[in-house]
Amino acid sequence: MSLARRILPCLDTDGARAVKGVHFEGLRDAGDPVELAARYNCEGADELVVLDIAAARDNRPTFLETIRRVAEQLSIPLTAGGGIRSLDDARAVVRAGADKITVNTAAVARPELICELSREFGAQAVVLAIDAKHEHNSWKVRVRGGRTATTWNALDWARRGVESGAGEILLTSVDRDGTQSGFDLLLTAAISRAVSVPVIASGGAKAPQHFLEVFTYGAADAALAASIFHDQVQSIRALKSFLQSHGVAVRLPC
Amino acid sequence: MIVTLIDYGAGNVTSVERALRRLGAEVCPTNRPEEIAKATSLVLPGVGHCAALLTSLDAHGLRRPLLDAFARGVPFLGICLGLQALFQSSEEAPELPGLGYFQGRVSLLAQTVKLPHMGWNQIRAVGSSHLLGGISPDAYFYFAHSYAAPASGAETAAVCAHGRDFAAVLENGRVFGVQFHPEKSGSSGAKLLENFLRLAA
Repeated sequence: MSLARRILPCLDTDGARAVKGVHFEGLRDAGDPVELAARYNCEGADELVVLDIAAARDNRPTFLETIRRVAEQLSIPLTAGGGIRSLDDARAVVRAGADKITVNTAAVARPELICELSREFGAQAVVLAIDAKHEHNSWKVRVRGGRTATTWNALDWARRGVESGAGEILLTSVDRDGTQSGFDLLLTAAISRAVSVPVIASGGAKAPQHFLEVFTYGAADAALAASIFHDQVQSIRALKSFLQSHGVAVRLPC
Repeated sequence: MIVTLIDYGAGNVTSVERALRRLGAEVCPTNRPEEIAKATSLVLPGVGHCAALLTSLDAHGLRRPLLDAFARGVPFLGICLGLQALFQSSEEAPELPGLGYFQGRVSLLAQTVKLPHMGWNQIRAVGSSHLLGGISPDAYFYFAHSYAAPASGAETAAVCAHGRDFAAVLENGRVFGVQFHPEKSGSSGAKLLENFLRLAA
């Protein structure tokens, strides 16, 4: 009896459609988020993450409708984010059916947003998304979908986010994202040891071995991937069987 | 059958409602004491901070009708905070009394493990359980909480462990509580809700 390591498929959307790109750029269509959500729900995904990577103001109603339709398909938790700048933005996403919300750029711009969200929804519903890039022997926080550099140290920001009320960290390695060369194990382990809350590793996943490494050497509590699940390069079911056979506690779909 | 769903503004009311409807139940969300007074089965979902739940129960005058419903033997299911509210008090909101239906105090899980206790975990039945009927002993359920009820009470039907043992399922007559989220726990969670609906029918 122990807490299972989680596998989280992620749907990057432009509001209405799932999209994909490398290093947050060169987007192309990857399908209907509602169909993908239904498939992942059956295949044994532990949670689903849906992000609005366009996060354009005028597109917001479309994204909320996507959340509503995705939530109808699920009997697992749903995390939604992208473009959440205020308590009202978060309320709309939760009302549409999200169990958790992720904040990233807006929390860097105004860290009190984390406290406000945590007070309203509880820490378990607030996921601080951190995009980190390796620079000069440390990891620096990036914002605006990884495009804009900051001087913030990712470890310090993770600690501060948790003190402010984040209940989970969604950590993306900007260096690895889209490369399919494996998770950044050093980054993941460093953040996981720095904070008292669960850490979701993201960026670079392809092979089952990558997941095994990030759960062992990377000390991750959960791992997220997008394109390998979209493109059926990797089935969630087979991935979980592999992990179980290597001693990692996972929830096998029945 | 009609399930009266206590809607005090928690985030997960919609997903609980959706899960019950999928099982064929008619769901009536309400925060009105008179609706609770005439309910034939009750579900109290909960997520977030314990103070928000207890304050809201008092603001809407729901404490008395809930305790009366327990006394009348109306089937009741408390989910997550809805379970915790059944106890005398919680460390999370020490200034506010709980419903006091069960003895004891809800307390923070051990700080030697990552909190919140977030994700899928297995539970261990203690004696016989009506809610867990037909569910594999290996089944996983979805948890998202940092505080938990003591595992030692006579009402404990199943325990879970994260840092320490805590009550995962409570059963006392027709009053039930689950610390996890059955509405988010895939087919095992759906089966548990189906069991509740059958017991409540």
